[in-house]
Amino acid sequence: MTDETSPLEFENNRGVDTSHIKGWGIDADPENDPTYPIKNRTNEEHKGYSWERPPQQPQEVEILKSVERPNITAVFGTSTPPAGLSGMIRRQAYKYSESSLGRWVPLILADRIGVVEGVIDDIGKGIFPNIFKETGWTGEWKYDRQRAMNRIAIAAAITACVVTIIVTRRGVKFNLSFLVPILRKLI
Amino acid sequence: MLAMNFRGPYRVRIDNEKSIPAILHPNDAIVRVLRSCICGSDLHLYHGLVPDTRVGMTFGHEFVGEIVELGSLVNNLKVGDRVIVPFNVSCGKCAFCKQGLYGNCHESNPSATAVGGFLGYSHTAGGYDGGQAEYARVPYADVGPVLIPEWMDLDDAVLLTDIVPTGYQAAEMGGIQKGDTVVVFGAGPVGIMAAKCAWLFGAGRVIVIDHLHYRLDFVRQYAQCEAYDFKELGDPVVFIKKTTDSLGADVCIDAVGCEAAGNNMNTLLGRRLLLQGGSTTALHWAINSVKKGGIVSIVGVYGPIDALVPIGNVVNKGITIRANQASVKRLLPKLIEHVKSGVLNPKEVITHRIPLKEVAAAYHIFSRKLDNCIKPVLIPDNA
Ligand SMILES: NC(=O)c1ccc[n+]([C@@H]2O[C@H](COP(=O)([O-])OP(=O)(O)OC[C@H]3O[C@@H](n4cnc5c(N)ncnc54)[C@H](O)[C@@H]3O)[C@@H](O)[C@H]2O)c1
Ligand SMILES: [Zn+2]
Ligand SMILES: [Zn+2]
Repeated sequence: MTDETSPLEFENNRGVDTSHIKGWGIDADPENDPTYPIKNRTNEEHKGYSWERPPQQPQEVEILKSVERPNITAVFGTSTPPAGLSGMIRRQAYKYSESSLGRWVPLILADRIGVVEGVIDDIGKGIFPNIFKETGWTGEWKYDRQRAMNRIAIAAAITACVVTIIVTRRGVKFNLSFLVPILRKLI
Repeated sequence: MLAMNFRGPYRVRIDNEKSIPAILHPNDAIVRVLRSCICGSDLHLYHGLVPDTRVGMTFGHEFVGEIVELGSLVNNLKVGDRVIVPFNVSCGKCAFCKQGLYGNCHESNPSATAVGGFLGYSHTAGGYDGGQAEYARVPYADVGPVLIPEWMDLDDAVLLTDIVPTGYQAAEMGGIQKGDTVVVFGAGPVGIMAAKCAWLFGAGRVIVIDHLHYRLDFVRQYAQCEAYDFKELGDPVVFIKKTTDSLGADVCIDAVGCEAAGNNMNTLLGRRLLLQGGSTTALHWAINSVKKGGIVSIVGVYGPIDALVPIGNVVNKGITIRANQASVKRLLPKLIEHVKSGVLNPKEVITHRIPLKEVAAAYHIFSRKLDNCIKPVLIPDNA
């Protein structure tokens, strides 16, 4: 389909009846045109970084600071300080400015490595991550049963494959025909 | 305490790994969470699109709670007070807070100067654990939080922490003049609120674009506006040109952000490969369908790296782009009035009330837009 139009299609449909809309126009501000500043202009920033700073939160965990500022902020979050391999990558990433890909791409990599570290960590604590539950499986089961069944079928197929391969290694004939009905169901 | 625990993209759980947060700064407060929402912004974290989102973090930037502990410098609140906690952390003292730019505070996020401090929103937004938990730490509690009026429903209050001010500010930044035609891209909670608020500034016509029919049906009725499925429109830009006598809309609002659908190349580059700061489809449409000299107001969230937009048309058409994280504290007094007078009725957008302990299912339902979900609220057992 192309986007061709005909002259008759153009209409000046400006304005509808707004009389039934509660509060119509109550906040209208004729000065709020493109050039009108959204902020309440005080020129405070002309004075530089000069305000009376709030007290400093004591730094008890490692905080990765942007190179674009001289200090850590007066308050900050203390969640999940950098650790492990992902932490090493994050420390390196924060050596680059917010303007650099060197900052953001390694952070995404660190986030992904963090997922693996999270699983290892869990297992170390004796928790075997319940992936079905963590991915919100119960919501899926309740509201999108078809997709949930497909996912069970895929998981079953993968398990069956693994089992077949193991059995084959032990000398039983390799046969994937059992996958056909499952694939049919999915398609 | 029970708290949401991020385990990686599409994986969250509820557990008891964290203890009740402590006062870390004299301006802190600790609140017992009464209501906490999941936001479209949380989906960007959940889908793994925001750099420096660490495993183990607790999300949640939209919550209301009861004060259980106060730092020594918080004099305007007392234990037992119930407060609306703005999603942005703001000091009230820096040059930006003084100008009313509470979403852009310079004393709340050590890790990125471009980004303000947001509760429960990755280390790129300050590394704060958030309110999808039984308790949460609220920094600068003497600045941001506002008492929940006696008459206000908690469900209305929790929506004032983000989506109502964000939708309102989207319309405000549009500089809407009486009679203007306003196009809102996105019929999520933010777009719905933006459409509703556009009338308050005197819009003459409000058009919402999305592709989820249940949301289009909802916004049509809730915001008394027109609503169209972009999949049925052909090119939405041409549709808007046709209906504005070829001139274009006066104001376009991007309430979609980095996970926009509708263009395969953008989806691939921005959502799958992460080679640009998100899929820019809605913003692209907004720029190309606004009139010459018109305004594009962006509240949809994008990543920190470059993203493809038709910047040449911004120049050729003399478009003004206005964008920000909502300045929740600045807008709260006015919005509380609007809820009181009945001009705004936020809680109608809540479709799901889910126990906090079912947080994983809640994320999944909202992310996959199952069961006609518009806005899910998490309720801790002890609320
Ligand atoms: N600036 C702020 O202060 C602020 C605050 C809150 C939320 N946000 C951002 O606003 C955006 C929307 O939030 P939400 O909670 O409404 O999210 P949501 O995910 O519920 O809604 C987004 C909607 O956009 C629709 N959509 C997808 N592609 C589209 C396209 N090309 N054109 C039109 N619609 C399209 C989706 O179908 C969905 O209904 C998010 O990016 C969120 O991060 C910004
Ligand atoms: Zn939000
Ligand atoms: Zn500040």
